[in-house]
Amino acid sequence: MRKLRALWLRLRGLFGSESAAKEFSAELESHIAMHVEDGVRAGLSTEEARRQAMIRLGGLEQAKIAYRERQGLPWFETLWQDVRFGLRMLVKSPGFTVVAIATLALGIGANTALFSVVNGVLLNPLPYPHPEELVTVHASKPNFSEGSISYPNFRDWQRDNKTLAALAIARHTGYSLTGMGDAEEMRAELVSSDYFSILGVKPVIGRLFAPHEDEIGREPLVIISQGFWQRKFGSRPDVLGKVLTLDGRNYTIVGVLPASFNLRINNFSACDLYVPIGQFQNPALNNRFAPLGIHGIARLKPGVTFEQAQDDMLRVSERLEKIYPEADKGIRAKLVPFQYAMVRNVKPLLLILMGAVGFVLLIACVNIANLLLVRSNARAQEFAVRSALGAGRARLLRQLLTESLMLSLTGGLLGLLLASWGTQVILHLLPQELPRAAEIHMSGTVLGFTLLISLTAGTLFGLLPCLKVFRQNLQDTLKEGGRGAGSARRSAQNWLVVFQMATTLVLLVGAGLMIRSLAKLSEINTGFRPHGVLTFGLQASPSMIGSSPEATRAYLREANARIAAAPGVEAVSFSWAALPMQSDDEELFWLDGEPKPQSQNAMHWALRYIVEPGYLKAMGISLLKGRFLASSDDEHAPRVVVIDDVFARKFFGNADPIGKRVFLEQFDEPATVVGVIGHVNQWGLDNDAVNPLRAEIYQAMMQLPEQQLGLVLMGMDVVVRSKYDADTAFQSIRNAVVQMNHEQVVYNPETMDATIADTLAGRRFSMILLAAFAGTALLLASIGIYGVISYLVVQHTRDIGVRMALGADRRDVFRWVLARGGRLAFAGAVAGLLAALGLTQLTTSFSSLLYGIRPYDPLTMLGVIGVLMAVAFVACYLPARRATRIDPMQVLRTE
Amino acid sequence: MADKTDVWQGTLALMVLKTLEAMGPIHGYGIARRIEQTSGNLLSLNYGTLYPALLKLEQEGYITSEWGVSENNRKAKFYKLTRAGRKQLEREAREWEQATAILARFLSPAKEAQ
Repeated sequence: MRKLRALWLRLRGLFGSESAAKEFSAELESHIAMHVEDGVRAGLSTEEARRQAMIRLGGLEQAKIAYRERQGLPWFETLWQDVRFGLRMLVKSPGFTVVAIATLALGIGANTALFSVVNGVLLNPLPYPHPEELVTVHASKPNFSEGSISYPNFRDWQRDNKTLAALAIARHTGYSLTGMGDAEEMRAELVSSDYFSILGVKPVIGRLFAPHEDEIGREPLVIISQGFWQRKFGSRPDVLGKVLTLDGRNYTIVGVLPASFNLRINNFSACDLYVPIGQFQNPALNNRFAPLGIHGIARLKPGVTFEQAQDDMLRVSERLEKIYPEADKGIRAKLVPFQYAMVRNVKPLLLILMGAVGFVLLIACVNIANLLLVRSNARAQEFAVRSALGAGRARLLRQLLTESLMLSLTGGLLGLLLASWGTQVILHLLPQELPRAAEIHMSGTVLGFTLLISLTAGTLFGLLPCLKVFRQNLQDTLKEGGRGAGSARRSAQNWLVVFQMATTLVLLVGAGLMIRSLAKLSEINTGFRPHGVLTFGLQASPSMIGSSPEATRAYLREANARIAAAPGVEAVSFSWAALPMQSDDEELFWLDGEPKPQSQNAMHWALRYIVEPGYLKAMGISLLKGRFLASSDDEHAPRVVVIDDVFARKFFGNADPIGKRVFLEQFDEPATVVGVIGHVNQWGLDNDAVNPLRAEIYQAMMQLPEQQLGLVLMGMDVVVRSKYDADTAFQSIRNAVVQMNHEQVVYNPETMDATIADTLAGRRFSMILLAAFAGTALLLASIGIYGVISYLVVQHTRDIGVRMALGADRRDVFRWVLARGGRLAFAGAVAGLLAALGLTQLTTSFSSLLYGIRPYDPLTMLGVIGVLMAVAFVACYLPARRATRIDPMQVLRTE
Repeated sequence: MADKTDVWQGTLALMVLKTLEAMGPIHGYGIARRIEQTSGNLLSLNYGTLYPALLKLEQEGYITSEWGVSENNRKAKFYKLTRAGRKQLEREAREWEQATAILARFLSPAKEAQ
């Protein structure tokens, strides 16, 4: 503390030093006077006494210097001097200063922004105790490597494994909440009891689910989120024991989860309610075969490795296959490290972007180094004079470093401002599924990162010109009068420009390939006309649940008619099962004439769409042959299906599919194919063509088996084609639906355009960022080449003047300057091209981002080289023009 | 003069504090003379080093200073011990006594043998 106080006083001493110096002079004066008085009293002459006093004092000035050094901080004063001098130098050349700081701010800002995203997503461990022990658990099947786990298998896996401390499952679902104002759709998670304890979550109030409370047939319980508690109950503690009506059933509230908890297996997004898995009202829950979208999470026992756990779980599932040879055929437990599962989709993308943004910083630094080099050439005279006057190398080095650090720290500060804005932009662009986007912010780590790169950049590009300055011969420089410049120095600049151009080209290639991929993707035929199509969820009034099939069908017909009558609606269809790019569902079948397969795995698979007659028009799919489902294809009519052309080709080859019969797994009697329609892109623009499961089969909703018909009421999709924009259309539909019954809910409206755009979100994100980085790099590189060529012109003013005096054409001069710039740019482009080819080959993760083009796509390569050369020429144009304006007479006169 | 010892590194502050404790408020010259007298004129003090030492003690808050009038009616700056200074003096004095006691044991091994 005392030391700090002294430091503070000394810092203050730096400033008010004038009056303090006067005061000390007075003190010394009185000291000497007293000493002299004593001497005189002892019998010395006044002069002798004074001499003695001075000797004992060790010199007046020395005493003052010693005092002043204690008063202030000598090293700080030198620094302060350097800073003031540096500031003067920077202010004297505002153009240089502004360009340098802006360059750095761009480079550092882009890096900081992306780093804060990378830091939040990849570097921060998951917010759970011992995240390295966590794994997600899936069932691998012949068709899915990470398929869903059936409830009976989960129970057996839970009981039989020896390596897991706990295993839990979860499934996302929705509930219609009634009895608390308007009916509302709630996001909910069905979980088994260990789900929370595995993640180390503690309730805010109340309790978690006890063991066995998650079993089928137990009392309906619910845990609510803190947000829900606040919204619906004003955070009142008496909420425990209250009852929520969900889908018409009463659930007792037992606890409240903290707001910070927002996990669903494989992504982070908040839920309102958590309900024991045993309350899942799907009759197939206890079916060992049923794939119900249930996935697991587990914690390894301490000391157990991932491989041991995976082996153990394989053993468990192989044993089950022996016991249940039909249902569990080919089913194996599959573990994935949790941390990896959460980031695997975005990791390569972010790393590539981080590399790209690092290039941008490199280019920025090279720019500054180049600018400083040019300046140090101009200042060679100044340094030579200062050395001649006795300034040591260390002193000059310190001066130069102070200047460059001032630049880089100012740049870093501005960059931080840019980054706080840029981070928001990146987060806005980010694909939805990015883990923990909400937790991304400017942290201490990020600030440290910015400070580090600012300091590193400042030191590096500050040192480079220093080396140059020290290498030059003092005497030569003084003699030359600062005019000449060694060719070595210029060649260093040329190399820097070539390097910049090459780096920029690499970034341009990356951005160009991404842009071309997206262009290719946007040309893909989706198989339907997405524009004007709106999808949303509809859940019937809870009082409808459990109605007779007749009442259910009557309800569906009425709801359909109401929506169809809403203003602007051109076509409407309910949909259950698969919906393109949103959800998928499979139909198992065998063809007429084939023997009935022994197991489900031996059957054929197709994507299943359960729709109504309006679907074809609502989606805008083309009819190729026969007819689509009609309203006459109802519960009394013979069973019919419509297939897509992929189905037709795959299972009927060249034969006419109309009139052919297929046996659907859930029915005894066969269904007749009545029509063929165009293939619809189920898996998204980029993935559909490569998915093994592409054949599509359409069935009429009215022909659903009665048991499944009841499930439709608990939540189905609605597809509408509307003349109006999405908001207006949804509003009028919502009115129509609520008018019919205020207890039913419509939710989650989304346009097909947006759905399609979402499937490309990851690509678009990387395309936009890469393009932004490449654009920044291009801007910086053009500043770089502009600076060097301008300097070249200044250096060659005499030569040019003499040449012109000797009869050189202005056009020759113009061409000469452009050629110098062009040569540099071209050399850079060639080097960059080679580097880009090497890099795109090496990084397979980048190739995976491309679609429909090869990493060495010649068109892209030629295009970006063209762009680079064009920009380089534009950057050289101004100095070239300036060169042609040189007045030969002026030059010769000054010679 | 030749047999006078220079002030050991780090001991000047202690001597100043002790002098101030003994003498009460006193000016720089008075401190210097008092230190020489107390040492029986065996110490040679460079007066020029005294003032930075006083400044340091003042910056650290162990002493304060104010202008006053000397016994000979001369304007002079008077230094005074603060409460913190008194504590610091106790601490430093104790440390010195310990240090010298240890050294003394080394220098007179006969005592140890007894």
